[in-house]
Amino acid sequence: MSVILECSNLIKSFGSNHAVAGIDLKIQRGRIVGLLGPNGSGKTTIIKLANDLLTPTAGDILINGKKPGVETKKIVSYLPEKTYLNNWMKVYQIIEFFADFYEDFKPEKAYDMLKRLSIDPKERLKNLSKGNKEKVQLILVMSREAQLYLLDEPIGGVDPAARDYILETIISNYSENATVIISTHLISDIEKILDDVIFIKDGQIALTSSVDNIRDEKGKSVDALFREVFKC
Amino acid sequence: MPWDLKSDRPIYTQLIEQIELRIFSGQYPPGAKLPSVRDLAQDASVNPNTMQRALAKLEEDGLVITHRTSGRTITEDIEMIKQAKNHLAEQQIAEFLEKMQLMGFEKRETLTLITKMLEEMKK
Repeated sequence: MSVILECSNLIKSFGSNHAVAGIDLKIQRGRIVGLLGPNGSGKTTIIKLANDLLTPTAGDILINGKKPGVETKKIVSYLPEKTYLNNWMKVYQIIEFFADFYEDFKPEKAYDMLKRLSIDPKERLKNLSKGNKEKVQLILVMSREAQLYLLDEPIGGVDPAARDYILETIISNYSENATVIISTHLISDIEKILDDVIFIKDGQIALTSSVDNIRDEKGKSVDALFREVFKC
Repeated sequence: MPWDLKSDRPIYTQLIEQIELRIFSGQYPPGAKLPSVRDLAQDASVNPNTMQRALAKLEEDGLVITHRTSGRTITEDIEMIKQAKNHLAEQQIAEFLEKMQLMGFEKRETLTLITKMLEEMKK
């Protein structure tokens, strides 16, 4: 198996605050990985570093052996925590926009998923509910045939039924060679679909393990272990 | 039969048990074709890799057979299914007897209780 994402002694500081404080990490292809940590632990910073939205203070982050930039963006599909789509656009216009932007974007996949969720492609984004907006965004991201999906809090704003649909969408759309990294603190909802988990605490890695290992060795769910590790 | 996954045990072992149950109960009859890994994973809302791992173990045990081009089927070896089924039954009974012992029942007392209950169920 080959490595898709690698961090070595990765540091990102904002003034005196070390948001990412020396992370060494290797993530293999073909895995669904949970990036788990409390608010402010550095999850979003790591994902932004991987997307070239921030530059490291020190250390390296490599995607498929390359520094984040134009080349890596071709193979990385990113779901930010906040939407960047224009509210006045109609859903089908955004789909066309994505199709122009990304070679690996499959419009038919997007339309198919919209249909299943009964979202009208002719609707303007601003007329959709908050939950439906988030679904549209995820549909766009998962309609790419990327090698690495970086999903920052993909299930935060939607109801449990939609959560199940979103997880199903993630499972059914990623290919065997692609890796999905999901950052979240809603662990019990997603642990069934994860291969591995990475616990982030104060900008550092507190633990990496496979979900089944945690359950095997500790006899408890990832959610229960998380509550223990991050007890306030 | 819906998938029922508990949160405190490895997922793949639970998947193995539940696929075995489906085989034993006849939901997946001998020789039947299994859905694809992806479909099974989606149905159980689990990671395809985890489902793959469960199927690999079932294959190792001989209950599931992988064909190079046409997916997976349940074994046609009825004897083997029967053996695995009995093995599971024995495990369950052993567990039950252990619990009864913890509650202070002698084996003979347990047996009397079971017989009595079965008699009552007949009526």
